[in-house]
Amino acid sequence: MRQVAIYGKGGIGKSTTTQNLNAGLAEMGKNIMIVGCDPKADSTRLILGGLAQQTVLDTLREEGEDIELDLVMKSGYGGIRCVESGGPEPGVGCAGRGIITSIGLLERLGAYTEDLDYVFYDVLGDVVCGGFAMPIREGKAQEIYIVCSGEMMALYAANNIAKGIQKYANTGGVRLGGLICNSRKVDGEAELVSAVAKEIGTQMIHFVPRDNAVQRAEINRKTVIDFSPNEPQADEYRKLAAKIDANDMFVIPKPMKQERLEEILMEHGLMDI
Amino acid sequence: MNAREVLLDKYSARVYKNRKEHIIEVDKNIPDQQITANTRTIPGIMTNRGCCYAGCKGVVLGPIKDVLTLTHGPIGCGFYSWGTRRNKARTESGENFIQYCFSTDMQEPDIVFGGEKKLRQAIKEAMEIFNPKCILICSTCPVGLIGDDIHAVAAETEKEYGITCIAFSCEGYKGVSQSGGHHIANNGLMRRVIGTGDRPAKTKYSVNILGEYNIGGDSWEIERVLKKIGYEVVSVFTGNGSIEAIKNSHHANLNLVQCHRSINYIAEMMKTKYGTDWIKVNFIGLEATISSLRDMAAFFGDPELSARTEEVIAEELAAIAEEREYYRSKLKGKTAALYVGGSRAHHYQLLLKDFGVETVLAGYEFAHRDDYEGRDVIPTIKEDADSKNIESIEVEADPEKFRVYLSPERYEELKGKIQLDTYDGMIKDMNSGSIVVDDLNHFETKEFTRLLKPDIFFSGIKDKYEIQKNGVLSRQLHSYDYSGPYAGFNGAINFGRDLTMGLYTPAWGYINPPWKTKSVLKASLAGGDK
Repeated sequence: MRQVAIYGKGGIGKSTTTQNLNAGLAEMGKNIMIVGCDPKADSTRLILGGLAQQTVLDTLREEGEDIELDLVMKSGYGGIRCVESGGPEPGVGCAGRGIITSIGLLERLGAYTEDLDYVFYDVLGDVVCGGFAMPIREGKAQEIYIVCSGEMMALYAANNIAKGIQKYANTGGVRLGGLICNSRKVDGEAELVSAVAKEIGTQMIHFVPRDNAVQRAEINRKTVIDFSPNEPQADEYRKLAAKIDANDMFVIPKPMKQERLEEILMEHGLMDI
Repeated sequence: MNAREVLLDKYSARVYKNRKEHIIEVDKNIPDQQITANTRTIPGIMTNRGCCYAGCKGVVLGPIKDVLTLTHGPIGCGFYSWGTRRNKARTESGENFIQYCFSTDMQEPDIVFGGEKKLRQAIKEAMEIFNPKCILICSTCPVGLIGDDIHAVAAETEKEYGITCIAFSCEGYKGVSQSGGHHIANNGLMRRVIGTGDRPAKTKYSVNILGEYNIGGDSWEIERVLKKIGYEVVSVFTGNGSIEAIKNSHHANLNLVQCHRSINYIAEMMKTKYGTDWIKVNFIGLEATISSLRDMAAFFGDPELSARTEEVIAEELAAIAEEREYYRSKLKGKTAALYVGGSRAHHYQLLLKDFGVETVLAGYEFAHRDDYEGRDVIPTIKEDADSKNIESIEVEADPEKFRVYLSPERYEELKGKIQLDTYDGMIKDMNSGSIVVDDLNHFETKEFTRLLKPDIFFSGIKDKYEIQKNGVLSRQLHSYDYSGPYAGFNGAINFGRDLTMGLYTPAWGYINPPWKTKSVLKASLAGGDK
């Protein structure tokens, strides 16, 4: 069972990329579980065809600890099992603690079955605090992919996440599998992201071009592979899935100093834009 | 090398550099001996200090009897601060919540989703079952981390139930010791309670007792003596204290400050806002009590009151003369170490002196430099990040309620004679050669016990039994173990009795087990008679 966590700057397209890529893996016949670690609980919408999912924490709060797995886990496209951790309203309580609680509960309920090929954790935003680092901290996820684009803030965030991974790499055994570039149509984007990846000691595993097919599928609550399997964009996600499945480059990242990151951005002319 | 140097010698360079500033040997030839205090304990050192919540809820707010003090947090903080300081309280109306422990008992879901809902529910239940006229909410660490808005809940509670409800953000991690919690509690009482009552004092000789927490019944003994002389005790902060009395405390003509550390903020703010003068008193010890009573009489400056004061002193002393002499004969020549509080280590030296016991070491857990060196050093104390984290409030003279009791001439006249609006600190009452330690730790407790060989070590529950296992009597000055009162005239006798009992118990003869002093092996020769 490969346990994979997807991190990245807020709004970069982590959930969209995770679900589309999972659709690709499912097409390859893999057994997958997605654990959404975002209090908004929207990490599995495209797989399930809607938000109608009770979150682990809501269930825990309403029903207590004595619950059945079926109550919080639903299967969607390609038999992908979906769980949403859920969490408090913005500005209240501790969402990080919520993730810890909910992963603990999933383990107790026996969600991690032998037949699973992949477990994906779709984690909110940047590494905010200890709770959000839970999937990497306690060795739940062994490999991390960072979704980014050629935009400056996305790369800042990627570098920060690399710091978080480095911190836990020695104790938890977590490794960075690569950067996924979710294109924003920035000039020289692929080169820039590749350069940053190289500097951190990893790879740009795939360049996902920007295509409105994604938006069309999303509005219909579906992944591209599900909604329009013949679009070129569907093939891009299939390629990403295949690359991740075949990936054997797992590294302890070497995050950059802020100055070095800015240098690379300048080299690639980002400052001129 | 003296004891201080022997002890410091054991430390690594880094720890040595820090601790040497906290340990001084008193030398009367050096003017203004300086000590470092109120700074962070070195991580890893077993300190006796408490936390901010302990200072706010445990020390200052906890003893108020007619309010419902609700701990917002998981159950441990509430439970372990329940009744441990033996603050006694009684009422005629029966509105006394002191024997209860109220907590919201937060669980994991409350941490994840926020605990405000549970706090509201707890308040609702408290209102239904106990119907208090005032609720004080004290928050613990996780509440600060998840950001429950306890102040908003308190405001809602006041609106909904028409009672007083005050929230205290006294999360344990704030500051370096319990001292920050005292300050937070002082601020809350000043802002919301003091000055809100309109019941004037009945007599001219009206006083508040500040920083007296009625441990083992101390304030009852103090009040007994004060009332006998003819004083009116308007309120006590906060031993056997009542929120109703505290509301009216600004009507008193004089504030008596017993525990300087925990309550000096209120004394100072009342001076600014209401014009109430304060004097530093000490009702622990016979000579100390007598001199405090005389200072009070001097403040009011009435010959009749002074005469009555002397009369009562004579009466009280006569009643205990025989016992005092007996216990003095048993205790004279003993030595003591004191490690407690932010004022007690000073107070008890004077009581010990009454019985001929010399103090060889005295230390505070959470005092600031002014408690050691006197308030004159306050302007020179540097603020650091930790002290800045504790809110300090500014008050102004209240245009309607500000009134001054002393004329400017009388004020000047008294200023040189008594500790009026000031405190001279502990060190000035100590002999050359005695040792002062700030934030004593377990290692230092053990080492100093070995080096200085005190007959009695006064401390708290955290080190009491370790000290006694090393063959030295230890008594807790946070709770008086199961005894008290120790204040005033009768209290001094209780203290002498407990000390005599403790020192003369045959138990000390059994510290070394028999097999350590003589052989217990028995053997017979093989191949002999049998």
